[in-house]
Amino acid sequence: MAERFRVAVVGSGPAGLSAAAQAAERGISHVLIERTDHLSDTIYKYQKGKFVMGHPEVLPLRSPLSFGAGQRETVLDTWSQGIAKLKTNVRHNAEMTGIAGAKGAFRIALKSGETVEAEHVVLSIGLQGNIRTLGVPGQERPWVQYQLDDPKEYDGETIVVVGAGDAGIENAIGLSDQNSVIIINLGDEFVRSKPANNAAILKAIADGRIECFYKTSVARVEDDGIVVKTPDGEAHVKCDRVIARLGADPPRKLVEACGVTFPSQDRAALPELSPSYESNVPGLYIIGALAGYPLIKQAMNQGYEVIETILGNPVEPADEPLLRKKFEGLGPDVTVDQIIQTIQANVPVLSGLTTLQLREFMLDSKVHFPTKGTVIFQRNDFTSSFYSIVEGAVAVQFDPADPSKQVVLGTGQFVGEMSLISGRRRTATVVAHERSVLIETPRRSMIKLVNSVASVRRALDEAAMARQIQTHLSPSSTTADLAEVVASAKIAKYSRGDVLFREGDKGDGVHLIRSGSVMVSRQIGGRDIVLSYVAAGNYIGEMSPMTEALRSATVRAAVATETVVLESSAFMGLLSRSPELRKRVETQFQDRLMSNVRMENRPESGNIIQFLIEQGVGEATDVLLIDESLCVRCDNCEKACAETHGGTSRLNREAGPTYATVHVPTSCRHCEHPHCMADCPPDAIHRSPNGEVFIADNCIGCGNCQRNCPYGVIQMAGETAPKPGLLSWLLFGSGPGPGQDKRPKAGKKAEGRKVAVKCDMCKDIAGGPACVRSCPTGAAIRVKPEEFLVIASRKG
Amino acid sequence: MNQSILVYRGFRYLKVAIALSLIASLFYVFHQPMQRPNGGTWLGYGLGSIGAGLIVWLMWFGIRKRRYGGGRAMVEEWLSAHVYLGLSLIVVATLHSGFKFGWNVHTLAYVLMMTVIGSGIFGVYAYVRYPTLMTENQRGATLEMMMGQMSDLDRECRAAAMGLGDDIARLVLAASQETCIGGSVWRQLRGTDPSCPTHSALVGVHTRAAAAPGDHAVALRRLVTLLQRKDDLVGRARRDVQIKALLDIWLYIHVPLSFALLAALIAHIVAVFFYW
Ligand SMILES: Cc1cc2nc3c(=O)[nH]c(=O)nc-3n(C[C@H](O)[C@H](O)[C@H](O)COP(=O)(O)OP(=O)(O)OC[C@H]3O[C@@H](n4cnc5c(N)ncnc54)[C@H](O)[C@@H]3O)c2cc1C
Ligand code: HEM
Ligand code: SF4
Ligand code: SF4
Repeated sequence: MAERFRVAVVGSGPAGLSAAAQAAERGISHVLIERTDHLSDTIYKYQKGKFVMGHPEVLPLRSPLSFGAGQRETVLDTWSQGIAKLKTNVRHNAEMTGIAGAKGAFRIALKSGETVEAEHVVLSIGLQGNIRTLGVPGQERPWVQYQLDDPKEYDGETIVVVGAGDAGIENAIGLSDQNSVIIINLGDEFVRSKPANNAAILKAIADGRIECFYKTSVARVEDDGIVVKTPDGEAHVKCDRVIARLGADPPRKLVEACGVTFPSQDRAALPELSPSYESNVPGLYIIGALAGYPLIKQAMNQGYEVIETILGNPVEPADEPLLRKKFEGLGPDVTVDQIIQTIQANVPVLSGLTTLQLREFMLDSKVHFPTKGTVIFQRNDFTSSFYSIVEGAVAVQFDPADPSKQVVLGTGQFVGEMSLISGRRRTATVVAHERSVLIETPRRSMIKLVNSVASVRRALDEAAMARQIQTHLSPSSTTADLAEVVASAKIAKYSRGDVLFREGDKGDGVHLIRSGSVMVSRQIGGRDIVLSYVAAGNYIGEMSPMTEALRSATVRAAVATETVVLESSAFMGLLSRSPELRKRVETQFQDRLMSNVRMENRPESGNIIQFLIEQGVGEATDVLLIDESLCVRCDNCEKACAETHGGTSRLNREAGPTYATVHVPTSCRHCEHPHCMADCPPDAIHRSPNGEVFIADNCIGCGNCQRNCPYGVIQMAGETAPKPGLLSWLLFGSGPGPGQDKRPKAGKKAEGRKVAVKCDMCKDIAGGPACVRSCPTGAAIRVKPEEFLVIASRKG
Repeated sequence: MNQSILVYRGFRYLKVAIALSLIASLFYVFHQPMQRPNGGTWLGYGLGSIGAGLIVWLMWFGIRKRRYGGGRAMVEEWLSAHVYLGLSLIVVATLHSGFKFGWNVHTLAYVLMMTVIGSGIFGVYAYVRYPTLMTENQRGATLEMMMGQMSDLDRECRAAAMGLGDDIARLVLAASQETCIGGSVWRQLRGTDPSCPTHSALVGVHTRAAAAPGDHAVALRRLVTLLQRKDDLVGRARRDVQIKALLDIWLYIHVPLSFALLAALIAHIVAVFFYW
């Protein structure tokens, strides 16, 4: 019979290490199970010399191991020494494949077939998951690898890259400078990659720089190469190296197999946990990134807390003092627990959250105590936070012409969900109607919540729908007038390129675009001619119900889009009740007819719109375009950007596609729903009230945003030395001059702290974007999607 | 989609420049000095001060251009004003001189100024004409991409030439090793190379093809195709370099001469006040 431990910790990341070290410190029998032959694999795999950051700084560290910001190597050494000193019992090369049993007698199965028994299990396997291997005979050969640190390391080899995702493409292109490269693609297209990578690989293949085997899989690895299965049968490919980039299996399946449940199917969903990190399986605790705490310090604190909990010494959570401070304004003797309970009782949207989720939610949120008349947010602000009303009431002024027209929302309701959904400007001004208590929650926490708690999503969707109809279609109608339309309305979701309706279809409703945007086109002379681009906040498809004719054009989603579909009869009913609305819709209808005729006669304008949409500009809120008929290629725009942003230009003027003379340089488009924000551990990416998406100082340099941005506009950059003043350069020739490069020479590796940098639209510079203001010829302009039509018609 | 510097804000600075020139001319016509018109009359001093002020302000453009992120007006607005007001100097300074020229520092300053203005006029021509030509020539590929494609073609050419005899191998090798894009300023500006090794190889292979043994035909056809592709690419790359050089070269006259002009201007003013 196997030895039974009091605690088994699975996974030796910062969370697991700290837990195991605390168990050792407290002298309880324990084992730390780690898949690899080293500790803390995630951090081990950081780039050599990476500066590890210690955010959040306000949070105190509680762990027997020490940790401070510093180089990867130092951090790992300190932990190894700490682990050795405490005589922590580590079992390496042990991969957990499943957990059975119950509290007091868990059985942890290892890949080797052995089992480990323990009374309690702490699961801290992080989110990196299992790297997928080729899974074919012969794959253990040393020249079959799954990672590529520096493509320049290889020279003159024949290398087969397996996998057609972004990692595979980037590796293949990086290697192709010095090697002859073959890429193996299971499909017949590169659909899983970012548009930029997709274009780059297709070009490399067309140019013959990379050879591609489509619809091909690897059959086996042999001594001098691999055997692949192609549509025409097996083929032997001689090569020196195989780099397989097949992605990783997220750990969710494994965790579910251990009996842990997740609240929703959403990929971002986190397991449900008690305030002491216990899962639905009693005695099984989950901490660290897997529990939704993606920073090292948080993970280490939880390691400590969980062992103390198991020992029966519940500790005050590390966030307690922070929360207490947040609620200070409510009076001295209210406890955090009481407030959390009040919120749970008063605010229905948040009542589906567990206490742990609500605490985490409150940690991210701000509490406001506005008095009557205080403005909460203004129409046209670009903010996207969400407000829950814990007590009191707010007034929503939806008619810009008449602030006295308002809707009052009371305790338990919420505001701000429309910008959260659309990613666009605020559509109304909201002021406090009386002294109130409001919780302001940032976009990211809200999205996390919507994704993991189904009840929140439902409540938001329903409330938002009625408000969207009122704001965008008919602000002057009363709620009663709208009741019929709202009752029959549905929400429809489309992926990029999906058809909302087709030319010649029977018209079955009007679409109110609540997020994303669409492209309108018509068949003319056998070709699809783009007539228009319609952004969120507008309706489309009104023509057919109004004329009772068939659809006169095809409408496609330009980006992922959600619409509220209003039934034709309900829509027409609304028009007949409101002559003013009828007039507005009719005018818009005629404008569209006129514009359509203009566009039909200038197909080139439509082509430009189509080109811009293909470049993903449809999801932009502000994009830099260069008119190449004016651009003299002086790169003053880049120089201005570098000069005003610590020496690194955030735009690449030359890169990027051109159609006619419209050039889309590589530069941030400040997306409606920024992809870069999706997975930033310290939540360092924000959107300012004017719409700029920017990265704050607490970036930890993990590179997630760089990978997530489909447009390749984020770079990892170190700090550069300051420059001499303009006059001392001019008169004495000291140092690099204005516009000259001061970054370390290529090849010399920049040491030290690297963080993500990108365009912030010069939000801190009076006067606005330096690139545009520095262009001597007026070639560089910034445009909003609403202006595409104008631009296209001037150029076309 | 945008406005060029010439039409900037409905020709605002063209209008200013025309007004300035007209006013200066009217004064000049109706002014009846004691002697022949020259810089020494009250009108001469007036025009001279305006001219000197304009020159200093025109030169300040170089500073403004480098104060990235600073300043309220866009650099485009500055340049539009620079161009039109710079041109108005032709009128202002000529009238200031009263058409009196000689072999002296005063005329030197005038000639330098006119040369600077002349180079500026070429610059504006270049700025208006070349950007579109460059885009058309590039067809979506940057110079770097073209160079990459060339080296790939070189590799393929060498492979294709294998077994076709030393003669052809030598031509292909020369094409891949000795073809150069850019180089000295003169070569950049010329945009072609009459003794281009790639072109020679293409012609050479093509003429030898007819006489070659039959079993080489397939390989030779392939080689000719590859060389023709490379030849086109080389032509485009040279054209790209040429246009870029044309866009830049005049500034190497405009800027140094404007400094020389500043020096001559100072000498002119010193001479007028101390030695007249
Ligand atoms: C490039 C990068 C840079 C980052 N930089 C910072 C930074 O500067 N500062 C910061 O605070 N955070 C940073 N982070 C985030 C931080 O690394 C994670 O939040 C942290 O590592 C999470 O710790 P963890 O213990 O939950 O999981 P992990 O660190 O992921 O550890 C999981 C461990 O479990 C092991 N394991 C997995 N599956 C099994 C299994 N089935 N059986 C046995 N063992 C298993 C793994 O091998 C691994 O050792 C960065 C992340 C990345 C990707
Ligand atoms: C005596 C008169 C002039 C002086 C002293 C002068 C001086 C200058 C200076 C110092 C620069 C800055 C160059 C740099 O730093 O890169 C400049 C740029 C320029 N000038 Fe002039 N200039 C004069 C007249 C003109 C005229 C008449 C024209 C046009 C008709 C002209 C067109 C330009 C142009 C197009 C630029 C380049 C802008 C750029 O791309 O940065 N200049 N000039
Ligand atoms: S950095 Fe973010 S906002 Fe900018 S283009 Fe990339 S994903 Fe969009
Ligand atoms: S500053 Fe203007 S003209 Fe110069 S490269 Fe940039 S966009 Fe082109």
